[in-house]
Amino acid sequence: MEIAFYIAGVVAIISTMMTITRLNAIHALLYLVVSLLAVAVVFYILGAPFVAALEVIIYAGAIMVLFVFAVMLLNTGESDIVRERLLLSSEVWLGPSILSSVLLAEVGWLLFREPPTGAFPAAIEPKEVGIALFGPYLIGVELASMLLLAGLVGANHLGRRDPGTEETEEAENADTRARQPAAGGDLVRAGADRVTSAP
Amino acid sequence: MTSPYPIASILGILFASLTIAAGLIWLERRLLALWQDRYGPNRVGPFGLAQVIADAIKIFFKQDWVAPFADKPVFIIAPAIILVTVLLSFAVVPFAPGIVVSDPNIALLFFLGMSSLGAYSVVLAGWSSNNKYALLGSLRAAAQLLSYEVFMGLSVMGVVMLAGSFQLSEIVHAQRGLWFVVPQFLGFILFLIAGVAETRRLPFDLPEAESELVAGFHSEYSGMKFGMFFVGEYLGVTLISAMITVLFFGGWLGPVLPPVVWFLLKMFFFISFFILLRASLPRPRFDQLMSWAWKLLLPLALLNLIVTGAVVLLLA
Repeated sequence: MEIAFYIAGVVAIISTMMTITRLNAIHALLYLVVSLLAVAVVFYILGAPFVAALEVIIYAGAIMVLFVFAVMLLNTGESDIVRERLLLSSEVWLGPSILSSVLLAEVGWLLFREPPTGAFPAAIEPKEVGIALFGPYLIGVELASMLLLAGLVGANHLGRRDPGTEETEEAENADTRARQPAAGGDLVRAGADRVTSAP
Repeated sequence: MTSPYPIASILGILFASLTIAAGLIWLERRLLALWQDRYGPNRVGPFGLAQVIADAIKIFFKQDWVAPFADKPVFIIAPAIILVTVLLSFAVVPFAPGIVVSDPNIALLFFLGMSSLGAYSVVLAGWSSNNKYALLGSLRAAAQLLSYEVFMGLSVMGVVMLAGSFQLSEIVHAQRGLWFVVPQFLGFILFLIAGVAETRRLPFDLPEAESELVAGFHSEYSGMKFGMFFVGEYLGVTLISAMITVLFFGGWLGPVLPPVVWFLLKMFFFISFFILLRASLPRPRFDQLMSWAWKLLLPLALLNLIVTGAVVLLLA
């Protein structure tokens, strides 16, 4: 168990560093997925199988797929890699490196002061997590749900179409179809036409 | 409930699931032929069964070509992801008492997690191919898989409430009196639809709709890399059928016959149903697919969850 814990920890650290230093956005995201999976393994070994499963389902499986989806839509190319390379110059590294080495020193000092017990806590059943969430932590669950609802309403507002465009959608589609040869079949440009042709 | 011979279980389940997945290629072609009033492959070996072996040998000798414009590492890793995630899911499926690799108390969540990780395979395959059709296919795949995952998870929560556990063997034991398909009929229908969408089978095969996108996300794949997507799809069908059997149809429970036989009978029934769907249903448009998921099936899954919760509370 202990060896598995350290392996997962090292994988998490390395993949997180790779996430920061990769120039290609998709590659960076893939390293982030690996990092999240490694953290899930760490949670599992520390006796929280439920949290580990949720980490895989929600973070690695849902949120990161959305990130990849968004980056795919952006259609980044060689020019972005060049720009990223310029962003990651050595002066940029200086400030974050000093700050994080301070934190690293603090963690090392804490570990040195209070050596770890070496025992892994007993696994917590999903049922116990549920009872705790809807018992003493009920207010937290309710607050989180309100926050999510606010996010949902916000997303709905941003994604809303103007009431005027809804009716003319049919005509608009016909219009786009007629324009498509002129746009060279390029979907992005055809879509751009569609926005400008809205009354 | 763990296996007395763990290594034998692991190797046995691995071998059996891969063999079944390969055999499904033959089964699908024969059944489709039957329903379309023709013969299908019937020349190689008895009933054409050796067709699978001939196809497998042929695909191994095909040129394995990586497009020069592709993102090579991602291109190579994408087909492996689908096989790894689906095969890992088989680790938690209890085929019979004692025939299971691992039976953790989060087995159902593990299955859901692996199926959501499987989405990367399709998404990355399309992106790394650097091809417009492939990219369109994988954009569709990402949206479709994410949408159907949401209510796939919600649709099985009714079963979890009734059984009181995420552990699959517990869920099977809880169905001794009555299969969960009766009290959770809506949940079963929702899980079935989500399962078809998650395995990207017809009628929900829009990511690879050959009439509009060449072959969608795997347009650039050839040789055994294409073969891995192919086998991955059939493994997915087998897995979803096995999960339907475990969650809604009492798993290995049944009279007279040995437990494994019951499990396989029920599983093959649903596999054949998947093939029948392919033979009989047309493909919807992509916007119809997405609006069904969010406007019809998700509210139904939530409704099922609320009603089941209320009934469980009333009876408790």
